[in-house]
Amino acid sequence: MTTASGLAVEKTIRSPVLWAPLLKDALLAALVALLLALPLVGLQTYDIGGGALGIRTHFDWVAIGAAVVFAGRFGLRLLPQLRSARLAAGPRPINRLTVWAGRQAIPITLAGITFAVALPFLPFSSRYLVDLGTTVLIYVMLGWGLNVVVGLAGLLDLGYVAFYAVGAYTFGLLARDLGFSFWEALPFSGLVAASFGIILGFPVLRLRGDYLAIVTLGFGEIIRIVLLNWASVTGGPNGIGGIPRPSFFGLQFARTAPEGVTTFHEFFGLEFSPGHRVVFLYFVILGMALITNFFTLRIRRLPLGRAWEALREDEIACRALGINPTNVKLSAFAIGAMFGGLAGCFFGTRQGFISPESFTFIESATILAIVVLGGMGSQMGVVLAAILLVSLPEFGRAFAEFRMLIFGAAMVAVMVWRPRGLISHREPTLRLFSGPAGNHGR
Amino acid sequence: MTTQEEGRAPLLAVEHLTMRFGGLTAVDDVSFSAYRDEITAVIGPNGAGKTTVFNCLTGFYKPSAGSLTIQEGGEALRLDRLQGFRIARRARVARTFQNVRLFGGMTVLENLIVAQHNPLMAASGFSIAGLLGLPHYRAAERAAIERARYWLDKLGLTERADTLAGELPYGVQRRLEIARALCTGPVLLCLDEPAAGLNPRESSALNDLLLAIRAEERIGILLIEHDMSVVMGISDHIIVLDYGRKIADGSPAQVRADPNVIKAYLGEDEVEQVQDPQEINVTAEAGGQGSPASAGSPGFPLLRE
Repeated sequence: MTTASGLAVEKTIRSPVLWAPLLKDALLAALVALLLALPLVGLQTYDIGGGALGIRTHFDWVAIGAAVVFAGRFGLRLLPQLRSARLAAGPRPINRLTVWAGRQAIPITLAGITFAVALPFLPFSSRYLVDLGTTVLIYVMLGWGLNVVVGLAGLLDLGYVAFYAVGAYTFGLLARDLGFSFWEALPFSGLVAASFGIILGFPVLRLRGDYLAIVTLGFGEIIRIVLLNWASVTGGPNGIGGIPRPSFFGLQFARTAPEGVTTFHEFFGLEFSPGHRVVFLYFVILGMALITNFFTLRIRRLPLGRAWEALREDEIACRALGINPTNVKLSAFAIGAMFGGLAGCFFGTRQGFISPESFTFIESATILAIVVLGGMGSQMGVVLAAILLVSLPEFGRAFAEFRMLIFGAAMVAVMVWRPRGLISHREPTLRLFSGPAGNHGR
Repeated sequence: MTTQEEGRAPLLAVEHLTMRFGGLTAVDDVSFSAYRDEITAVIGPNGAGKTTVFNCLTGFYKPSAGSLTIQEGGEALRLDRLQGFRIARRARVARTFQNVRLFGGMTVLENLIVAQHNPLMAASGFSIAGLLGLPHYRAAERAAIERARYWLDKLGLTERADTLAGELPYGVQRRLEIARALCTGPVLLCLDEPAAGLNPRESSALNDLLLAIRAEERIGILLIEHDMSVVMGISDHIIVLDYGRKIADGSPAQVRADPNVIKAYLGEDEVEQVQDPQEINVTAEAGGQGSPASAGSPGFPLLRE
């Protein structure tokens, strides 16, 4: 009602574009770019022979950079002014991607799964692509796991990689010391990681927001440093090597097998190809990720999942309704950690070697970025963001040293245009009236 | 209006309740009772300790001294010894908040289903039966939706069942919060300023609603309210607090005529000037209503509706 009247008023008054402040602002931005680019881009050192350094100047590049910044800034500021002359400055309509993803959820999901299953058999597919797909899927699974904690329960966790590490090391140690295979160790990895989730959960029960983030960050570092220094058990910086590869119902992926063991290619009468294992690993993680997704979607519609979301919305109201916040939080931590642990177990078997190097803070940050970028609580958003975040730096390899720059710019762009993530749609867990009620608010 | 009979066991007995925050005594040796099928109001000027009493009752504060006893399921439960969330679960005391606390990002229906978390959680076999989709859990979920629907119909919210709670107008949010509290199946419903920010039409609708709940649900209602038209119109029993102490306790007529109450609301001087008790009542009501109007800025969206 009020927005409609506001729209009418806004339409009648056509605000003129203010050119002077626009130009001033763009010039200022160009000046900053000029100053920054001068030493960074404008001057290049090179070897003139005999170990001496010469300097090459590229002032043309500096000028181009400044011009691009000027034009970009000018356009960026001009656009909203032009738009505001036409549109009301009311609440911005939810982005089209969100609406589309909400309406077409089932066809998109089916298409996505079909594509993921078919990927290794597509004509353009290569070992590299399947490998990249496996990496993306590990991050998708981690993102879905963290989504339980951050997206649903609203508990900001900056140390999620700790559970990933716990899962990987559980498998590593079980394999090295007790000779467990991947499939035998998988449930243990999940259980041990879930226990660590509860261990982390207890001290942080009273914390929320920033405080929780700092403690979880610390927890992630503690795990990594323990792994690094407890050399007698974890192998310290040398890590654990020789982790067994997964088998296909007991069939190994190897050129030659020891006595009495059949290999995959022998059993199916195929020519041996190292690609078989890569494709198999891809399908294993695809299955694990889909189970994670199915589980999360299902539990969202159960009382536990609703309690998570209620806890995110208002903890005090939860208590007043007789919900035990301790149990709800711990279950979120435990289930989130379990998926992290399972993904870690897969990581171990895929790499064949694990060391603390793989579980640094940057991993936690990447997983959290996937969740936030995708849209908190959105399962489809996580997939989109994981593809973007993992494959963008890969495809950017052609640009060599500029790829991280492009990556950063892409992230900033997404956050500017989609501050609530790529897909910010939340489907209610149940409806009284069937059919879309046109409620795409979140 | 029914006056409480002597000898009837109270639903809630508050005895010598004291709450201190450091050197400040917010509630000082307050005792009162609330009965089933009655509406008990707690009134008092701002800062009198009304909400503190509520927070002690619902487990958000641990009282410094005194006891809170509720009769539920044939046994006497000490609220001051129960853990916060167990008060709603075991003692079946439900509450609303002065500043509405809904799950804004969830729909109206979801809010009411979350209120039935404990029975549903047990029915879902702590999620295991629920994950497998066993028929037992599905039946429990349908029953929960039916119960939610009953309260939605009763409070006129059915149309909005699939709307996000955060998008509702303020007055509707207040009603939803009451519906959510009722969905927990309480024996004692504690309402913290349910009429704050409501317009006169909405506040008279609230009166009717509370009277209907009292008549049909056989539960006790305890309410904090500034709006004297609500308090005087529907309460069976009024407790007046001032500076943490109980200064009056009785039927609306008794409280109206109590010189201590008039003194607390209007100050000493006015008491000497005004002679006729009827006249005092009118001014006392006006004085009581003054405060929610000043604190009622969140209610403004109502006017535009």
